[in-house]
Amino acid sequence: MRLSFKIPILLGAVASLSACQYDVLAPSGWVAAEQRDLLVISTLLMLIVIIPVIFMAIWFPLRYRADRPDLSDYAPTWAHSTRLEYVLWGVPIIIVAILGVYTYIYTHRLDPYRPLDAAEIGTEIGEPIEVDVVSLDWKWLFIYPEQGVASVNELAVPAGRPINLRLTSSTVMTTFSVPALGGMIYTMAGMETKLHLIADEEGTYFGQAAHYSGPGFSEMHFDTLAMSDADFDQWVEKARASNDELSREAYLELEVPTMANEVQYYSGVDDGLFDRIRGLCVDEGKICMDQMMMQDEMGGGGLEGIADKHKYQYDDQRAIDGFGNPIGVPATPSAPAHGGHADGETLSMNSHEGAAHDGH
Amino acid sequence: MATEAHVQAPETWSPIFGRLTLDWIPYHEPILVGTFSAIVLGGIAAVLLMTYFKLWGPLWRDWITSVDHKKIGIMYMVLGFIMFIRGFADALMMRAQQAMAAGGAEGYLPPHHYDQVFTAHGVIMIFFVAMAFITGIMNFVMPTQIGARDVAFPFLNNFSFWMTVAGALLVNISLFIGEFARVGWLAFPPLSGSAFSSGPGVDYYLWALQIAGVGTTLSGVNLLATIFKMRAKGMKLFDMPVFTWTTLCTNVLIVAAFPVLTATLTMLTLDRYLDFHFFTNDLGGNAMMYVNLIWIWGHPEVYILILPIFGVFSEIVQTFSGKPLFGYKTMVWATACIMVLSFVVWLHHFFTMGSGANVNTFFGITTMIIAVPTGVKVFNWLFTMYKGRVQFEVPMLWTTGFIVTFAIGGMTGVLLAVPPVDFQLHNTLFLIAHFHNVIIGGVVFGVYAAVTFWWPKAFGFKLDDKWGRRTFWFWCVGFYFAFMPLYALGLMGVTRRLQSYMDQAWQIYFIIAAFGAVLIACGIACGFINFAVSILRRKELACGNDPWNARTLDWATQSPPANYNFPQDIVVSGRDYFWKMKQDGFKWSTNYSDIHMPNNTATGVIVAAMALVFGFAMIWYIWWLAAISFIGMIATVIAHTFNYNQDHWIPAAKVAETEAKGEVA
Repeated sequence: MRLSFKIPILLGAVASLSACQYDVLAPSGWVAAEQRDLLVISTLLMLIVIIPVIFMAIWFPLRYRADRPDLSDYAPTWAHSTRLEYVLWGVPIIIVAILGVYTYIYTHRLDPYRPLDAAEIGTEIGEPIEVDVVSLDWKWLFIYPEQGVASVNELAVPAGRPINLRLTSSTVMTTFSVPALGGMIYTMAGMETKLHLIADEEGTYFGQAAHYSGPGFSEMHFDTLAMSDADFDQWVEKARASNDELSREAYLELEVPTMANEVQYYSGVDDGLFDRIRGLCVDEGKICMDQMMMQDEMGGGGLEGIADKHKYQYDDQRAIDGFGNPIGVPATPSAPAHGGHADGETLSMNSHEGAAHDGH
Repeated sequence: MATEAHVQAPETWSPIFGRLTLDWIPYHEPILVGTFSAIVLGGIAAVLLMTYFKLWGPLWRDWITSVDHKKIGIMYMVLGFIMFIRGFADALMMRAQQAMAAGGAEGYLPPHHYDQVFTAHGVIMIFFVAMAFITGIMNFVMPTQIGARDVAFPFLNNFSFWMTVAGALLVNISLFIGEFARVGWLAFPPLSGSAFSSGPGVDYYLWALQIAGVGTTLSGVNLLATIFKMRAKGMKLFDMPVFTWTTLCTNVLIVAAFPVLTATLTMLTLDRYLDFHFFTNDLGGNAMMYVNLIWIWGHPEVYILILPIFGVFSEIVQTFSGKPLFGYKTMVWATACIMVLSFVVWLHHFFTMGSGANVNTFFGITTMIIAVPTGVKVFNWLFTMYKGRVQFEVPMLWTTGFIVTFAIGGMTGVLLAVPPVDFQLHNTLFLIAHFHNVIIGGVVFGVYAAVTFWWPKAFGFKLDDKWGRRTFWFWCVGFYFAFMPLYALGLMGVTRRLQSYMDQAWQIYFIIAAFGAVLIACGIACGFINFAVSILRRKELACGNDPWNARTLDWATQSPPANYNFPQDIVVSGRDYFWKMKQDGFKWSTNYSDIHMPNNTATGVIVAAMALVFGFAMIWYIWWLAAISFIGMIATVIAHTFNYNQDHWIPAAKVAETEAKGEVA
């Protein structure tokens, strides 16, 4: 049999590979380590029930086979035992209760929106670093507001310092995931999510989009470079040396769908760009999400607002065909009827809004 | 590998063909051309054979227009197995692609094709395989378990079935005309919106599910009414067999959850067709609403699939242990608990969407609580075997395999219910391994067990034992080979739906998984060989009306049951009533009377055919055809209400004749 010959070889190959990259089980960040601990605790708790069940599932039918020699223990009408029922309900309830307590504690401690706390981690952690993340089709944009640089498909962070991420998406929904550092979070257009991570050691960690987002999805991955403070400063210098600046126009160019994008750096970033991306208003003449919500709250545009519809439109300009080619209508309509005044208003509202966000 | 730069056919519209142009016929895809040729040749062969053996008449009279719940049940199973081949072919293609496409290799499926394959696999397996199977089993078994002659609304039952077929056909038509969706089986917007999925793929998805969904919802209403109104005299709710209880709970879930799906998909349809903005990024839409809504249907859906299977295993365990089910009342209450709880856990599918810690904790803990009644059920099956006389017939083999496999799947399910753990494992192959673990280990094993168990009732002969065992072992071993590597990959953080990946260390795991899929293919083949061999050897394998010494009323009929099921009305007192009848030496009286039965009707299949045309026309924007077929549907339904020739009486003499035949066999 050729197959039976192959299986041991395959298993051997598995064993030799097993040392590699079980990021979830052997993580490199405090968040992921806590999540791993909870994984182990939960598994052990459940094995209290699962192991006996598997044992009984195999042993009972063998033990009580119809063709066993001694049938004297056959109890053809035995179908109820109150005492046993208490155990059968009680044991799972107790285990779920214990698991529930762990769940409550860990879910609150590891809430992705909650900044990391040195006291909880138990070691010195440095100053947090802020990174704004945008999932584009099909690449990742990382903006460093404090350093004023940006990168595509490469996330550099100083090891041992908390990473405070704000995330959004340019079009469809996907998930930011660096398994070695900790759990993932969705990125959604027009919305902002948050995630707090830390890399304990220097190293290169695999990062990916973990939610299917269209034809270029499989190649939407990036390296997370956790480095010393000095190396990080050097990395920032490298980015600053780039000839490209991430202006609003440059962003709109970058946003056009591409696959398997190279790593890119930007030496400067427009003020408030992330807020505009999240507000779906990087395009000139668009009304930002927060302002639209304010308008809706105040009663909306009414019938006169119909003429302004193009200022709120976003998806149509970014339409793609089945192969990822852009087929969208042009960004700016030919004649923005009463453009000037309203646009100016948008800008001023937004810069105010951006300031509010910086205060966070 | 895709060498040329592909571009989608430009959007054009003509009044006659809508947006359908020759560019949408995938004649340049060798895989599809091959499949199409095989189907055409197979179809021609089938047509010729049918004609040669003069089977068209019987097919039309005895099956297609039949309102007999048993025949409709069997047709659902046939539909399930046919779609199973399609869905499994998709699975094999995915496994082959992922086994090849490592470290820069592109494999043989470009994303455009691969993404359709995984979407079709999920949609087909859930809606047209698993749903067809459980609806078929419920249809075949439940009415006889409660001593009824048919379901409450026999015509509606036939109509529901053909609507499901119409949906299934639409999915298959998408193979050869146009494309299927590339959005994952739940079609999350904004990706599934008109901007990011511009072709007809998502529209195929929407109309196929909407049309099949009509069938499912009506079938739920029908089976519920049957249980509440058609039980034999004297049968109290707590006298019903456990399978009937699980059918009851499942159909409550169907009636409560499927309208949510219908509404959600309607909103997405409005987004795509009429430029509404429920789920778009712009103009105030919000995709998070869709994700919530679809999972408010989606989570109950998994219990819709598994509850009847719990019922199947309950019947099998008690029959082959020679004992009544341990803790009947507990079993019923556990089922009811699961039914209610399944509506308060949906958010566990997206802990990572940014809900607060309190919300996540709530949904995490409600999910774990479901594990309690589920665990109790498993214990009850185990203690039914305890001090029993366990006969290791094939259904019992499936049951043992189920308990072991399902226990593991349940454990990984609870792991995923812990929010911080889920943050790591969400959307990874760990999740894929988990839900295949419970759906294969639960639903698929259960369906094979049910088919083996009730086959003698349906056809009067048993399935072959040896091929049955081969089916089981290939499936069971194949499952572990196919999905244990995915658990491992999930623990490395590998995400789902990857068409290719860079890290070559993952490849060996994908190769092992592909090997497992080949073993499963052998299992499926053994299953079909089993049907063929058994049909050929049906004389040898013939068995009486009660081959397993069973306990419930479904076994009190002839095998196969006469279309009226029971020659006389039964008066039930107590649980496991057939067992009691046997102990009391029950015999049917020979004093027969006329039996009132519904007539067959072609209305169901005609309306469903028009629904199929309507769906196709809507997908391709062929408005004139959509209008005609829609009006046709409504007109046919109204015309049917004027059909007063809906029932007939079987004379007592005919009943006596049929029963006498049954005695001999």
